[in-house]
Amino acid sequence: METLLQLFGLTESAQLLSLSEPGWGANLLRGLANSLQIALGAFGFGLVIGLFGACGKLYGGPVTRDLLAIYTTVVRAVPELVLILILFFVGTDLINKASEALGGGPVEISGVAAGIWVLGIVQGAYSTEILRGAIQAVPPGQIEAARSFGMSPTLIMRRVTIPAMMSFAVPGLANLWLIATKDTALLAVVGFSELTLETRQAASSTRAYFTFFLAAGFLYLMVTLLSGVVFKYVENWARKGQPKLRGAG
Amino acid sequence: MMEAIRPFLVPHRIILFLIFVGIVIWAAVSLRWDWLPEYALLALEALWRTIWLLAASVVLGFLLAIPLGIAQAIGPWYLAWPAKVFCTIIRGTPLLLQIWLLYYGLGSLFPTIDGIRETWMWPYLRQAWPYAVLALTLSFAGYEGEIMRGAFSGVARGQLEAARSFGMPPFTMFRRIWLPQAIRNVLPTLGGETILQLKATPLVATITVVEIFAVSSRVRQDTFIVYEPLLLLALVYMMIAGVIAFAFRKFEQRIPSRVSRN
Repeated sequence: METLLQLFGLTESAQLLSLSEPGWGANLLRGLANSLQIALGAFGFGLVIGLFGACGKLYGGPVTRDLLAIYTTVVRAVPELVLILILFFVGTDLINKASEALGGGPVEISGVAAGIWVLGIVQGAYSTEILRGAIQAVPPGQIEAARSFGMSPTLIMRRVTIPAMMSFAVPGLANLWLIATKDTALLAVVGFSELTLETRQAASSTRAYFTFFLAAGFLYLMVTLLSGVVFKYVENWARKGQPKLRGAG
Repeated sequence: MMEAIRPFLVPHRIILFLIFVGIVIWAAVSLRWDWLPEYALLALEALWRTIWLLAASVVLGFLLAIPLGIAQAIGPWYLAWPAKVFCTIIRGTPLLLQIWLLYYGLGSLFPTIDGIRETWMWPYLRQAWPYAVLALTLSFAGYEGEIMRGAFSGVARGQLEAARSFGMPPFTMFRRIWLPQAIRNVLPTLGGETILQLKATPLVATITVVEIFAVSSRVRQDTFIVYEPLLLLALVYMMIAGVIAFAFRKFEQRIPSRVSRN
């Protein structure tokens, strides 16, 4: 191992990336853990918004539908960076106002919670559209049959619509998860110590820009590739019992 | 004209519209806009820079995506494989990281090369915008290369065989038959991809390129006014996105297609 590193002239890079103190490897991994935590939370929060949004768009009244249309259009037309800044300031303002009203002082907001709130609202718009499409793709006869058996709307949702739409939703949601992991990098601009910002700090204090940015790129790529494998399993699971798609995979 | 506005003449939409007008009037009256005249000229310049960055990276990126798409569609393994790796890397890592890698990484590498300060390239290499254009172009090429692969494979085989049987040389066949039909295949997605690219441009503000997002940040830092510049900025981006969507729809209508006419 040592001689291999020496052969490629990578001894210095290996020292910089090592997990123990003089190296910055631990910082990068901590950043990665933060990034994944925010991405998971935002993806989940977005799914919840998306499920309600999709139901509102499909079964809601005209006002609900118009408001949801405005939400999804605006979020998808404005850059994530701008939305993140707006939502970040709005969120901190609201929480500080609430804490003042309750007689408390200004509140320190954790970066992870703020990141989940901000990215979750962005993700919600996209998953609203994905889930709406997936619910529409469920054969209406199945839902009508459930209704004719006297199932309540929530039971229909839980037992029929959601399981039947999973296979249509999974590819879109897989894409959305990848967007979530990459969008966490934008939080670096607001100063959250996720992977990209940790990398930049490490790089600018050691001047080894290539080493650190390439290492971070490798970490992101691993997340992407691993997610691809996981989502393939999820898709197979969601599609079980259905005929194979021709030429899929 | 009446046909176009009829869907908006229902009671709840009129009320929503009135609420919207009310919000706009409230925003115009009670929010602070006194910073606008001071920064208007800078903002216009920066807006132009945003549009210019977008146009340059879309055009260059698309030109780069064509060989990437062909290499993946029919290329031998030693071309297809690097193209696939390139697209996977670009699509698998955040754009912000790519921009910083190019700007800080390459930017710190160039000054160490002997004699580069005397060449004609040096004035460009010292500025930030070439790195911004490069990063945005590579990113667009990566995403679009994957789409072009599908578009090239989607052209009906019979079309190419017919062209070949007429004795068309390969390049003419590519120029006259294959490329136009591939572009027609991607046109519906190209508008959306261009809007995604527009949404990626504010990232270059982090490497000191003064485009429209950077101006709003500067207003915020100078005057401590938080919401007004950001809201105006969101409106500007929405308008540009609207124009792009409209332009692509018009362009699409001019391309003859068998399904949409009736």
